[in-house]
This record gives sequence, structure tokens and C-alpha cells, in this order.
Amino acid sequence: MATSTFAAVSTALSAGRRLVTAVPYFWLAVFFAVPFAIVFKISFSYMVPAQPGYAPLFEWLEESRRLVATFNLANYQVLLQDSLYLNTFLYSLKVAAISTVLCLLLGYPMAYAIARSAPTTRNLFLMLIILPFWTSFLLRVYAWIGLLKTNGVINNTLLSLGIIDQPLVLLYTDFAVYVGIVYSYLPFMILPLYSNLEKHDLTLLEAAADLGARPFKAFFKITLPLSMPGIVAGCLLVFIPAVGEFVIPSLLGRTDQLMIGTVLSAQFFGARNWPVASAVAIGLLLVLLLPILLFQRYQQRELEASRR
Amino acid sequence: MNDRGLFRKSILGLGLAFLYVPILSMMFFSFNNSRLVTVWDAENSPTLRWYVRLFENEQLLGAAWISIKIAALSASGAAILGTLAGLVLTRFGPFRGRALLSAMTTAPLVMPEVIMGIAMLLLFVALEQMIGWPEGRGLLTITIAHVTFTMAYVTVVVQSRLAGFDDALEEAALDLGAKPATVFFKITLPLIMPAIVSGWLLAFTLSWDDVVISQFVSGPGSSTLPMEIFSRVRRGVSPDINALATIMVLIVATGVVASTIWMKRQERKRALEEQMARSDTP
Repeated sequence: MATSTFAAVSTALSAGRRLVTAVPYFWLAVFFAVPFAIVFKISFSYMVPAQPGYAPLFEWLEESRRLVATFNLANYQVLLQDSLYLNTFLYSLKVAAISTVLCLLLGYPMAYAIARSAPTTRNLFLMLIILPFWTSFLLRVYAWIGLLKTNGVINNTLLSLGIIDQPLVLLYTDFAVYVGIVYSYLPFMILPLYSNLEKHDLTLLEAAADLGARPFKAFFKITLPLSMPGIVAGCLLVFIPAVGEFVIPSLLGRTDQLMIGTVLSAQFFGARNWPVASAVAIGLLLVLLLPILLFQRYQQRELEASRR
Repeated sequence: MNDRGLFRKSILGLGLAFLYVPILSMMFFSFNNSRLVTVWDAENSPTLRWYVRLFENEQLLGAAWISIKIAALSASGAAILGTLAGLVLTRFGPFRGRALLSAMTTAPLVMPEVIMGIAMLLLFVALEQMIGWPEGRGLLTITIAHVTFTMAYVTVVVQSRLAGFDDALEEAALDLGAKPATVFFKITLPLIMPAIVSGWLLAFTLSWDDVVISQFVSGPGSSTLPMEIFSRVRRGVSPDINALATIMVLIVATGVVASTIWMKRQERKRALEEQMARSDTP
């Protein structure tokens, strides 16, 4: 009976198994996969002022008894030719990349410090890292407005200490967006790094020390290369959503340079140009396709590794 | 060794200060009497006037009620669907279409919200045109959208829990002639219950917190609390939002601490029972 795993037995009872598989499959297919197909389709449509806002791609013409297809490539042309879109894409990638690096620079030492502290205090620190994540994301971003604005907490403190005599312009700058992203996504950086660093075999470092390596060198030769999977996972978890971030730049960011998420929703709600908004969404998806696939591979490998 | 301990403490102190100072400052200024929020009015503060005003604000209270309903419903839906997906992916072995299911359950974890939002809305518009359902947009469409993006989180939590213990118990029960459904309800479900509970809580929080996706798929009269807050804070800081934030932070902190303690206890109880069961067999 060596082969009688759960899977083998359930193959025999495949009706029940099929039902269990079908329910989540159906849900995700209808509400996750099909929507992307629709966005793709509409990105080739012409905009029409009436509901639903876009012209059909295929139309059956009764008089001539023909099926007519009308593809509009202009939506993508706009994307490539209008410097506004190209600029916004590049700016979003830049902001996300810088924020991701800052997040790593702050998150790595924190994850390292937690992983190397006493096992009893580890859980407490982890909970303190995760706790803000459970409180409203929106309100945590809002908290930074109060800190950064002209008569905000930071400026008032610096002024009263006499360090500055003119309030600094902190809010509605690139800096504010970096701070907002690092602040909101820090737990997503720390957690994968921690779960990687915690598993390291510390005897490797002892061996390096015995052989005369300084702690600094041992870190760069052993710890850092070993933690690469954690670094990649953490960076992807911050970078991918940050590129399409909407709330943080609209509350803290510049008004003269928008991020792609803001432009997308402005096209959608403001200009009501659904076809162009769809083309922007598809463009963003294409830009992020590689990182998303990379993340999926990592996620898969993590699960395989945790299987006993 | 000593200066390394110092490095550890200072980096953690700095990081935690970065995480908590904004929240604490927001809470502190909720007791400020001044309308300028961050300029402390020493004469008339601390005050509870913004809390009083908050509870008189029916628009915000109504939105909070809508948000609670949506979050509870979608978390429950996500817990059921996510558990099924996790079970299928870890226990059913290879089958055709497994890769697609796996991809569809991890993609929402990192998918930018604006893309999810626009995709869901266009689906609802197309569906309404084709089959007349869902009629308009509101609580139903927000709930469906939230189930879809939160179930991925439940799946991941359940999957890693299932991967953490082998299927020997399930196998043994099947060998002894138990039906698969019985095995699931008697063995698998109790074992993964902690994961389902934390998945539910996670889904609830994510739904309760979501503003971007909700904005796309909501209709008139179905503004959630984050949507209300967002439209207010876009106009700048306001003292009653600070009061609201303070209340929410306190509720969440209590909830998280309580549920963590509860889950730790359950774990310990289970470990103890396991130990006793082992020592019973000669």
C-alpha cells in the first residue's frame, strides 16, 4: 500500500475531487483571468461617449451580412508617442526602484538583528514589525502628512530647536513618496529576509572566523550570498506594487509629476477614456510581467522547500 | 561581542521608532483642541471634542458599517475558497491545469491594485451588458472583488501550513477505511484551523483597508470607510480623522495581541495532547 497517498485515493474518487478543484478554479477564472482578457480586448476599442464607454470589437452587420472587426491601435500609439505616458512610466519605475533600495537598506539590518537576537525576544520583535501592517494603510500614510507638512511635527520641532529658521519643504516631494513607500512596505521586506536569515547555519561563520576571516568579510562572503533568495523576494514584494502605487503619491507626492497609477485612474474616472486606461493597464502589466513571474518562481520554490 | 549587541539594539530601536512615531504622533494630536492639528493648543488641550464629533458623524459611521459587512462577508468567502485552493495545490498531486491555478493564486499578491480595480470593473460592466448581472455596482461587486484579491493570501497561509506536516495521518485514516470527506473534517480541517483563522483575519483586514479596488467597483451609496477617509484626507489633515485613527489603531492592536495569545495557547495545547498521545502508546 505504499502508493496509497491521499492523491492516489482521491483519484479513485475523482468526482468529489473534481468538485473541490472546480470551485476555486471557477472563481479565479471568472473573476481574475477573464477580467484581464476583457481589459486586453477593450484596450483595442474605440472610445464612445455613451455607456459602456467603448465600441465593440466585433459587430454583426445585418445589411451586408458580415462580421466586422474594428481594431484601434491608437490607444497604444498614444502610449508610445505621448511623452506624458513614457515620462510617467519611467518616473514610476525610478520611484519604485529607489524606494525598494531604501527599504532594503533599512530592512536588512533590522531582519538581521531580529534573526540574531535571543529566540524569546524574536517573536516580540516580529509582532512589533507586523502590528502596524494590521492597522489601516491609508491612515498610516495620512500620519506622514501631519509629520511632513509646512507647520507639521518635523518642521515645528526643528524650528523650536533652532536647527532651521525656515520651514523645510518636505511634503509633496519625491522624498515624501520614498518615505511613504518605505514606511508602508517595510514589513514586506523584513519578513522574507527574516525567514531566510533565521535558517542560516551559524557554524559557517564560526568556521570563517576560525580560519581568520574578519566578521565584515565573513558577512559579505557567507551571509549576504546565502540571503539572496530573501533579498529577491523582499525586493519584488516592494517593487511590483510600488510601481503601480496610487494612494501614496496622491497623498504625499508631487503634483507636477504623476505616477502611472494616478494617471491610469485619472484617465478612467476623469477623462472617462476606458480604452486608453486599459492600454495603460496592459502596458503596466507588460512592464511588471518579468518581476511577477520571478516572484511566482520564488514562491513556488519556497513551498517546495518547506515540504517535509 | 558587546558592540555587536549595541548595533543590534540601535538598529532595531531606530527601525521601530520609524514605524511607531508617526502612529503615536497621530494619536497624540487627536487630543489637540486646535483645528491646525499639529500645532498644540496648550490652553484647551487635551480634549475629547474630536471624538465626540466623530460619533455624531453619521456619514462616517454608516461607511464604517458598510465596511464591516463587506469585510466579514468577503473574508468568509476568501477563507472557504482559499482553503480549497490551498488543499488542491498541496494535497491533490499533479493534474492538468495545476500550474494555471497556482499562478492565479499567487499573482494577486503582488498585482498593483489599480490593475485589479480596472479589470474587475470592466468585467462587471461586461457581465451586466451580457447577462444583466450584477445589476449596477455596490456592496455585491465590492465583496466579489475583495474575495478575489484576498483569497490569495488565505491560500498561501493554508498552503504553507499544509506543507508543514506530512499526510501520514490522512493516509492512515484512508487506509482504515474513512471516507475522504470524513478525513478532511476529522483530521485535515482541525490541523489547518489556525491557518484558516489567521487567513480569515488577514483577509478581513485587507478588505477593511482597501481603498483602490473599492473605488473602481463601488457604486452610488456604497462608499466604504477607507473611501470616505481618502476623500477627506486628500483635502489635508483633519482632527477627527486623527481621532478615528486612534480608535482603529487601539482596536486592531488589542485584536492582534489577543488573537496571537489565543493561537499560541492552542498550539501549546495541541503539542501537549500530541505528547500525551505518544506516551500512551507503549
